[in-house]
Amino acid sequence: MSYFTESRQARAEQLIAVYPEARSALIPLCHLVQEQDGYLSEDGMVEVAKLCGITPAEVRGTASFYDMLHTEPVGKYLVGVCTNIACLLAGGLELLEHAEGSLGIRAGATTQDGLFTLEETECLADCDIAPCVQVNHRYVRTTTPEAFDGLVAELREGGRASEIPSHGTLVRTRRDLALAVNPDDIAKERAEHRAATENAS
Amino acid sequence: MSVTEAPKIITARASFDDSHTMERFLATGGNDGLKKALAMTPAAVQAEVDTASLLGRGGAGFPAGRKWSMLRKADVSYLVINGDESEPATFKDHLLVERDAHQLVEGVTIAAYALQVNQAFIFLRGEFALGLERVQEAINDAYKAGALGANIFNSGFSLDIVVHPGAGAYICGEETALLEALEGKRGYPRIKPPFFPAAIGLYGEPTVVNNVETMSNLPWIMLNGGAAFAALGAGRSTGTRLFALSGHVRNPGVYELEMVKHTFRDLIFSAELGGGVPNGDVKAIIPGGVSAPWFYPEQLDVPLGQDEVAEQGSMLGSGSIVVMDTTTCMVRAAWRITKFFSRESCGQCTPCREGSGWLERVLWRLENGQGRIEDVDLLLDLCDNIAPGLSWPPQQTTICVLGPSIPSSIHSAISRFRDEFLAHITQGACPYA
Ligand SMILES: Cc1cc2nc3c(=O)[nH]c(=O)nc-3n(C[C@H](O)[C@H](O)[C@H](O)COP(=O)(O)O)c2cc1C
Ligand code: SF4
Ligand code: FES
Repeated sequence: MSYFTESRQARAEQLIAVYPEARSALIPLCHLVQEQDGYLSEDGMVEVAKLCGITPAEVRGTASFYDMLHTEPVGKYLVGVCTNIACLLAGGLELLEHAEGSLGIRAGATTQDGLFTLEETECLADCDIAPCVQVNHRYVRTTTPEAFDGLVAELREGGRASEIPSHGTLVRTRRDLALAVNPDDIAKERAEHRAATENAS
Repeated sequence: MSVTEAPKIITARASFDDSHTMERFLATGGNDGLKKALAMTPAAVQAEVDTASLLGRGGAGFPAGRKWSMLRKADVSYLVINGDESEPATFKDHLLVERDAHQLVEGVTIAAYALQVNQAFIFLRGEFALGLERVQEAINDAYKAGALGANIFNSGFSLDIVVHPGAGAYICGEETALLEALEGKRGYPRIKPPFFPAAIGLYGEPTVVNNVETMSNLPWIMLNGGAAFAALGAGRSTGTRLFALSGHVRNPGVYELEMVKHTFRDLIFSAELGGGVPNGDVKAIIPGGVSAPWFYPEQLDVPLGQDEVAEQGSMLGSGSIVVMDTTTCMVRAAWRITKFFSRESCGQCTPCREGSGWLERVLWRLENGQGRIEDVDLLLDLCDNIAPGLSWPPQQTTICVLGPSIPSSIHSAISRFRDEFLAHITQGACPYA
C-alpha cells in the first residue's frame, strides 16, 4: 500500500517530475506530508526519502532547518503572531501575550485539545496591517485582542473552513500540466544552434 | 510636496478587485509586452533592458541587464525568481504575487527569452499560501493561452516555469542559499567565489537570480521601451519603485513612486501617501530593511534613490521604510531586530551565529533594566568583531552578508541614543515601559 492517498500520490509524482533532479522536490513533498498527516511524520519522511532517492536521515536533516516543517505533531490550526519590527511598533508582543492568555499556552506550545499551536513568528510580509496574524499561513488580519478572540471562537466552532484550509501550504496549489519542454531536446537544440552560428561566423 | 504624475508601471492592474484573473490581465494589455519581445531578437530585448537601466529590486540593486550579460554560455542554464521576501518590514512582492501574478509570469517569460533559458523557477516563501496558488494559477492560465510551454505564440521559443515553495527561513532570500533550498537542501549560503550564480548556479549550471519586482517591470519596459523607463527617475535610479511603508504612520502600505523624485518626507507625510506620524515626531527611520543603518529627522529630505541613500551612509535595499516615532524605545527596537538575526542566522559562520545570540542576550538584559554600564561598549565591541571597523558598507567576515548586517541597527541606536541605553541601566528599567 502506498503511503500517500491516491490523489496525493499523483501530485507527489508530478512534483518529482517537474525538477531536473528529484531531490529538489524534497520541500514541496514535505509540505504534502504535512497536508496528509498534519505534521512531518516519520512514515512521511521515509516516503519522501524514497521518492527523492536519498536516506530518511537526509530528509530529517534538511527538514530540521526549516521553521514550517514540524517533525512533532502540531495543532489543527497553526496560529502565528508576528512580533518583528513593524508589528512590534504596533503592539505585536502585547498581542502575542494576549494570545498566550486566551489559548492558555505559551508560544511554541499546542493546546491540549490539539486544536491550536501558537507561534511567535518573524516578519510575515504583511506589515501594513499590524500586528500580523496568520492561521495556517493565511492572513487573517486580526490586529486587536478582541478580533483575535473572535477568530479563535469561530475556529473552535469549525468556522472559516473555506478561508482557512489545513496548514499544508500547497493544499490548494495545483499544477495543471506536466512540463512541455523535454530537457534533452533543449540540450540538443542548443548544441545544433551553436554549431550553426559558429559555421556562419 | 506633491506626488509626480509618473505612470504606475507595476501596480496599475492591482487597483482592480479582480486583478489576479486572466480576464482582467488580458483586458489590460496582458502579454502584449511578451508578444513584442518575441518579435525581437533576444539580444535586442536585453539591449532594451540595458537602456532602461533597470536596477534589481531585491536589495543589492545590481543592474539587471548587466547581470544577464554575465550568464555563462552553456547547454543548460536556468532563471530563478526570488520571492522569498522575508526581510523584516518588506511586503511589496506579497502584493505582486497575490494581486498580479500574471504580470510576473509574463515578465519571467520575457527574461527567459532574452536569456534563451528554457526552464525557470519561481521561489516563493512558504508562508505565501495564497501567493503560491495565485502564481500557479497564472502559470496554468499562461500554458492554456499558449503564452508558456512549447513554441510560445508560435515563436519557436519554449519555456516551462515551476513554482517552488520555501519552508520558513529568511536566509533562503540570499541567492545562493535559495539555490541550495531549490536543490532540496538546507538553506546554507554558498562560499564565494564564484560571486555570481551566473557562472555556477543551480545544479552547478549558469543561473540568473532576479527578484519578483524586477521581473514585474519587464512587460511595461518591452511595451513602452527602455528609454521611456529610463526617462523616469534620475541618475542610476530609473523607473518607479515599490516602497513598503510601515511603523508609526497614518497610512502604512505599498506605494509605487517615481524613483528619486520624492523624499522620505514626501512618502511619510504626504496626505495621499503615508499621511504623517500620528503621535509625536519622527525619531528614526529604517530606510531599506533592517540590514540598513538608520536615518534620523535630518535625513528626511534625502531623495528615494539608490545612490542618494547610499551617499548618506545607508541603503535603499528592499525599499521598505519603517518609521519610529518619539515614543519608541530604541533599545527595544534594536533588541527585536537583533533577535530576528539571531533566529535566522544559518549557523555556518562563528561571528554571525555566536555574535547574534550574544548581542541579543545583552540587549535583552539592557531592555529589562538589568544591564551594566560596560554593556554599551560591549555591544559595540561585539559588533566590531562581526564587521570590523563598523563601516558602511560593512567589512565582510562571513560567508554571506547576513552576519555583517547585524551591527547596523545596534550601531545606529547606540551612536545616536547612547543616553537612552544608559537610562535603562541607571533607572533599572525601560523608561518607555
Ligand atoms: C540575507 C539576505 C536576504 C535576502 N533576501 C532577499 C529576498 O527576500 N528577496 C530578494 O529578492 N532578494 C533577497 N536578497 C538579495 C538576493 O541575494 C539577490 O541579490 C537578489 O534576489 C537578486 O535579484 P535582483 O538583482 O533582481 O535584485 C537577500 C540577500 C541577503 C544577503
Ligand atoms: S553570515 Fe550568518 S547567515 Fe550568512 S552564511 Fe554565515 S552564519 Fe549563515
Ligand atoms: S514585521 Fe510583522 S509582518 Fe512584517
